[in-house]
Amino acid sequence: MRGSVAIAGVGLAGCGEAPGWTEMEIAAAAAKNALGDAGLSARDVDGIVVASTNIFMSGLALAEHLGVHPKFTESTMVGGSSFVGHLIPAALALNAGLCDTILVAYGSSQRTGVGRAEAGKYKMALDPQPFEHPYKPFNPPTSYALAAARHMHQYGTTRAQLAEIAVAARQWAQLNPEAFAREPLTVEDVLGSRMVSDPLTVRDCCLVTDGGGAYVLTRAERAKDFPKPPAYLLGVGAAHWHRQISSMPDLTVTAATESGQRAFEMAGLGPQDVDVVELYDAFTINTLLFLEDLGFCGKGEGGAFVSGGRIAPGGELPVNTNGGGLSCVHPGMYGIFLLVEAVRQLRGEGGARQVKDAAVALAHGNGGVLSSQITALLGTKDTL
Amino acid sequence: MSPPSGPEKRFFDALAAGRFEIQQCAACAKHVFYPRVLCPHCGSGELGWVAASGRGTVYSTTVVRRKPGDGGDYNVCLVDLAEGVRMMSRVAGVAPQDVTIGMAVKARIAEGLVEFTPA
Ligand SMILES: [Zn+2]
Repeated sequence: MRGSVAIAGVGLAGCGEAPGWTEMEIAAAAAKNALGDAGLSARDVDGIVVASTNIFMSGLALAEHLGVHPKFTESTMVGGSSFVGHLIPAALALNAGLCDTILVAYGSSQRTGVGRAEAGKYKMALDPQPFEHPYKPFNPPTSYALAAARHMHQYGTTRAQLAEIAVAARQWAQLNPEAFAREPLTVEDVLGSRMVSDPLTVRDCCLVTDGGGAYVLTRAERAKDFPKPPAYLLGVGAAHWHRQISSMPDLTVTAATESGQRAFEMAGLGPQDVDVVELYDAFTINTLLFLEDLGFCGKGEGGAFVSGGRIAPGGELPVNTNGGGLSCVHPGMYGIFLLVEAVRQLRGEGGARQVKDAAVALAHGNGGVLSSQITALLGTKDTL
Repeated sequence: MSPPSGPEKRFFDALAAGRFEIQQCAACAKHVFYPRVLCPHCGSGELGWVAASGRGTVYSTTVVRRKPGDGGDYNVCLVDLAEGVRMMSRVAGVAPQDVTIGMAVKARIAEGLVEFTPA
């Protein structure tokens, strides 16, 4: 699979607030931008890949909306990691010759959409989770709070260290004109903000925004004929061990230990080879756990690792260069935005936040409550 | 489909009758929670029911913040039972922020749910 497929186009739409737009319209607008970026139109698409928290049979809905009659449709839904995970079936389908041009898209009106509280009640009724919901966890924050509390207990990680992660994300966002939250943020601000589920404050939690993203995946030999430099898939790996937090074996160790290893193995690379890191930061504890589990530092060392601005602009390891889910955009599921930012960095389109000579990018998706973990490594043509 | 109900209903029926019971695998002897059809450890379908000891240790804990007018803050925690299984629950009879990791707790049934109090 290594080097066999590439992302030829990426696009965003409606990030921040998009009042009056439906989820499918936001997805379609992102798709239009990604196709335009690749010099294509919807007429060229013969594979449709999408996931949604709300739209039933979303693959059918997106294809219908775009007027595409796909040869290949894929809608695996494993939470926010889905769009990183979609690289796997999409690459297999392209390599098998089932189709030639796959569009992966997502849209959400989580911030301004109407009827969301009502929809939440119906979802709860359809999927009662009777061994958790009766205790009223305020999810997802409560599940991540339980993981953060355990990591603090076991390794002495501090709230201030978690706050450094939010501050680093904000500093990157300040370099990104497309980011939603760009006002200054200090460690003291994070520590002093409203507690949601101890030890996580509202500033340890991701944004709630609208927004959509999309990418176009093709076989590598074809990708080089498109207008922008292709971002080649070097490795990808997936793993999941639980759905509900009460079934997670060890709250300080995620399945990213396995997904990362699989992706690095396929790519023939290690953490030391990665120039830019995009991690699914639904909460500050995510960034810390994934840095440990993907091998950027040892288990329990994440707190010290993120201290002193190491993952902030100008630090040793550029992490979440768009500002992440914490400060750029987080419309329900963030996975697709990891790949959009990774591709932009590999193309040198990052503007003020560009990581110099970025050749290998890691995008790590998280779904559920530290449940689904999917790691992808992308690279420029020099890394093939 | 010989038992009269699935394991989830079996669990809550017992709880409604005042019994906190969990599953134990006849093949590998490990305990299982939440109730399932197949043993998640070995794949066996031979899961029987045993009375839970009710002895546990808080594995992790959080205070969910809620406005006083809506009922105020409350505890949500994960408890490891002596049998080696983990469950989400709450610790009652103590302020939510005074629930600590490692705290010894014992189970009781309240409002049709398993909750814990300090042991
Ligand atoms: Zn067994």
